[in-house]
Amino acid sequence: MSTIEERKFKIGDPILEVNNISLSFGGVNAITDTSFNVLEHEVRAIIGPNGAGKSSMLNCINGIYKPQKGSIAFKGDTLSKITPNIIAQMGISRTFQNLALFKRMSAIDNILVGRKLHSKANFLDVALQLPKARREEKVNLKKCEEIVEFLEIEKIKDTPVGKLPYGLQKRVELGRALATEASLLLLDEPMAGMNVEEKREMCRFILEVNEEYGTTMVLIEHDMGVVMDISDRVVVLDYGKIIGDGPPEEVRTNQNVIDAYLGVSHGE
Amino acid sequence: MSTAISTYSKSDYINFIVLMVLGFLVIPMTVNSDYWFTSILIPWLCLALATIGQQVIMGYTGQLALGAAGFMAAGAFACFNLILRVDGLPFFGALIISGLIAAAIGIVFGLPSLRIRGIYLMVATLASQFFIIWVIDKFGWFKNYDSSGIITAQDIVIFGRPYTTPVDMYLVILVVVTVMTILAINMARGSTGRNWMAVRDMDVAAESMGVSLLKTKLQAFAISSFFCGVAGALFAFTYLKSLEPVAFDIKLSFKILFMCILGGLGTINGAFIGAGFILLFPVLLNYLGNNVFHGAIDATIISAMEQVVFGVLMIVFMIYEPLGMARLWENTKQRLFKKKNK
Repeated sequence: MSTIEERKFKIGDPILEVNNISLSFGGVNAITDTSFNVLEHEVRAIIGPNGAGKSSMLNCINGIYKPQKGSIAFKGDTLSKITPNIIAQMGISRTFQNLALFKRMSAIDNILVGRKLHSKANFLDVALQLPKARREEKVNLKKCEEIVEFLEIEKIKDTPVGKLPYGLQKRVELGRALATEASLLLLDEPMAGMNVEEKREMCRFILEVNEEYGTTMVLIEHDMGVVMDISDRVVVLDYGKIIGDGPPEEVRTNQNVIDAYLGVSHGE
Repeated sequence: MSTAISTYSKSDYINFIVLMVLGFLVIPMTVNSDYWFTSILIPWLCLALATIGQQVIMGYTGQLALGAAGFMAAGAFACFNLILRVDGLPFFGALIISGLIAAAIGIVFGLPSLRIRGIYLMVATLASQFFIIWVIDKFGWFKNYDSSGIITAQDIVIFGRPYTTPVDMYLVILVVVTVMTILAINMARGSTGRNWMAVRDMDVAAESMGVSLLKTKLQAFAISSFFCGVAGALFAFTYLKSLEPVAFDIKLSFKILFMCILGGLGTINGAFIGAGFILLFPVLLNYLGNNVFHGAIDATIISAMEQVVFGVLMIVFMIYEPLGMARLWENTKQRLFKKKNK
């Protein structure tokens, strides 16, 4: 749907480059010699059967896992031996597969934590409520209220997120990632476990963010219908290797991909 | 639990004014027994302050640390030595520096938290408790080479005026506790507190949002120890009126831990409620023993009862209301308020 319409942010040069990375846990290879890139302002999907190494891939980009081989470059800078909080400072934010919200905090507080990188006031400024801290809090709060409004979660913004239904928690988590104003968002199964209606809304949010702010998205998704609808290009992983890479229409007709999804055994 | 945004509602200001009038005017004017000041109000405020310190590290940042009394001892002895050795250092100045010294020690003992968590961290932080007391005992310099082992604390002198009567000391403590409580509330409700709670609830996600675990944990340890240090100095100078390392033993650390849990983890008002309850409960039991049962129950049984009841309460709260008495209080208030509206 995005290719036909005129986009405000034209798809540009590669913003993220994954070069020949390999990751293993003990003797198990999660990712083997994998390379792909993500172009600026595009929506890039990673698909593949369970255990294909999709989440491990995001965890490598995000700095939670360190790949044993290969390199990842973001905006030309190689990401190596750095922690998730440095990656965050470089402008990459994410959501998690199994929800990693701050359960005892309210929805708006969760989203406000996403503003961390835009908060310069230190604990003394905050303790003494110096003008700097107050001003900053006001700006951050306004920004977060906008996100709350955008995601249509005004009613639950003061509820501790642990008490919210799953679909809303997913939305709050997206909100927290948006609050960082990162240029690259990694979304790990943003629509898992949702019904059709919820999925449609989530798709709308993702596309709107992409169109409105030009945010580059990398998302893992199982629902092929959704993937075909919203992504510009798709990477297909199976057993830690890339078996397909290209626009959705192309990937859909790729024989390797069809085999992987239908469970045809390897080497046939 | 409530939204941690550093904006204050009208009712917050009203509560504040009511509490201030109560604390600074009503209590000093109406309470005329020294017993209430020296045995209840003074230790209550001191221990509540230490409990806020425990709240910062345990309730807000989720780091299971045990050893608040060690940092109180550090603060107390630092204050004693500062007043003794630095001429013309005002009392409040000594108090702040004592807190800073405790904070520095807190950062060192907070380092293990970067590697270990949960019950193991508790064991590691327990080391601080024993180490600090050992150092003070071992090196005579800290006690000014006093052979008796118990040193009398200096009088509190502010702008040349000594504050030695119970009411005076109560007022000095109240000023310090008020200021520090406001600072704690500001931090807890602001971005600082949000970072603490993010680390507590889900550290991987916090890190992915740009929150540095190293910085946040050590900051919480430092602030927690600062509060404990100042509380310890006040405790020694106004309640104990002496300095002896044994007064800051592991039992006191546990007491503060209980105050923290019973009051409600992750609440500032819970620190006051918890401290008040644990201090007043034995008093109440004694009163019942003397005035209701007229001494029919042996004093030893009463003190044993105290332990039993605390133990049971801890278990009950852990199971049914992990958020403690502060939560019960909130719920009760809400219910009363709702009824009024009907």
